[in-house]
Amino acid sequence: MNGLRILALMLFLSMTLSVVGQEEDLLSLIEEDSSEITNYTSSSFKATRVINLHSLENMAAGELDIRIHHRFGFLSGGIYDLFGLDDATIRLGADYGITDQLMIGVGRSSYEKTYDGFIKYKLLRQSTGAKKMPVTMALFSSMAIKTLKPSDPTRENYFSSNLYYAFQVILGRKFSEAFTLQLSPSLVHRNLVETAAEANDVLACGIAGRIKLSKRVSLNSEYIYVLPDQLAEGYYNSFSIGFDIETGGHVFQLHFSNSTSMIEKGFIAENVGRWADGDVHFGFNISRVFNVK
Amino acid sequence: MKNLVIIALMCFAQVITAQKYFSKTGKITFYSDAAGEKIQASNTSASTVLDASTGSIEWAVLIQGFQFEKALMKDHFNENYMESSIYPKAKFKGKIDNPSAVVFSKDGTYNVNVTGQLEMHGVTKTVSVPATFTVKNGIVSAKAEFDILLQDYNIDIPKVVEDNIATKVKLDVFAEYKVMNTTT
Repeated sequence: MNGLRILALMLFLSMTLSVVGQEEDLLSLIEEDSSEITNYTSSSFKATRVINLHSLENMAAGELDIRIHHRFGFLSGGIYDLFGLDDATIRLGADYGITDQLMIGVGRSSYEKTYDGFIKYKLLRQSTGAKKMPVTMALFSSMAIKTLKPSDPTRENYFSSNLYYAFQVILGRKFSEAFTLQLSPSLVHRNLVETAAEANDVLACGIAGRIKLSKRVSLNSEYIYVLPDQLAEGYYNSFSIGFDIETGGHVFQLHFSNSTSMIEKGFIAENVGRWADGDVHFGFNISRVFNVK
Repeated sequence: MKNLVIIALMCFAQVITAQKYFSKTGKITFYSDAAGEKIQASNTSASTVLDASTGSIEWAVLIQGFQFEKALMKDHFNENYMESSIYPKAKFKGKIDNPSAVVFSKDGTYNVNVTGQLEMHGVTKTVSVPATFTVKNGIVSAKAEFDILLQDYNIDIPKVVEDNIATKVKLDVFAEYKVMNTTT
């Protein structure tokens, strides 16, 4: 009798189960396992540069980025210089992603005929899912060699006098689809400075961000604060603002900046332009990505 | 006592017909064959559940999980076209038009039609696609191949990349199902 009761119960249960089975959401039967995968945040910036500053983005493994950075002269040149269009400063460069986290690049600037090379490593990557990380942190190091003929050929000019180094920690977060912010504490080391009043080691902190205006256009801005008493009179902090426009494999960055140089040692520590005086360059960066893997 | 055995068997039979199958390694591949560029991407971790008793079938896939040949393609796919941060998943919820045509307990190949709601990029559309169910050594697998129009799902292709992205994208869907243990 007992066995019969149990069987009846089983029958009843299996019927109710199959009835329930027809109504429920089938996919809810298998566990949602979004926690098993790590989703790395992508597209925090459209390019590896905010404007002059390195952004927290890297080239992916096997991608080659050919970059043309170009600045016209100062707008303050007025109509005589056609608002700076008569002058041009350029940096040609090539960046390459060795892994998704490690990127290298070289470039040559017309400004003081400078060659530069850098290495940038993403130590932490912002992610959700299995591995949660609120921020991206990248370490950046660059070296530059000035090959401009020495201003005073009579004195002894060492090769090492033309070497410059820059180190940065890039710490940032994509707060939302539209908003990314990063801090870039920086150290620039100059082997030779012009006067004793200038520091060989210049400490600064950059802040940079972007606001995405549409799928393909974003508004970018950056400001670099140089800690006081390190630079001689007549040097100013760098401020830049502009747009990123992305079209397939190209990113066009159009902007205004008071920095003439497009490498760290220059735009952090050697800015002679001042926004208040109209010493502002119109400029652009063009990025073209090739897959070479 | 014999009656008891029969009742017990009936219970068992009911469990069999209410059999559900699932897979978490469903593979979805899409092909965009445009004049200037061929793009292909796959996702091999789609989730799907199949209810043999009703012929109901559901799929879900994470948009971010599609893998491309080039990293930049993946970025653009997520950022500019599928907007995966807003619409993280694509889903399909449908039914075999004629469920009795497929005998899940018997080896064979069954060509049927599956009709249901396909949801992606925030748009839900009714689609009806030919599908093939195969039962081999008791293992059920499903396969379908169909085209979708990007404009149906509000996916805009800007003029500058018109040559690079097809307006019609071919989808390949495949899953090998496992038996779901409904008692757990």
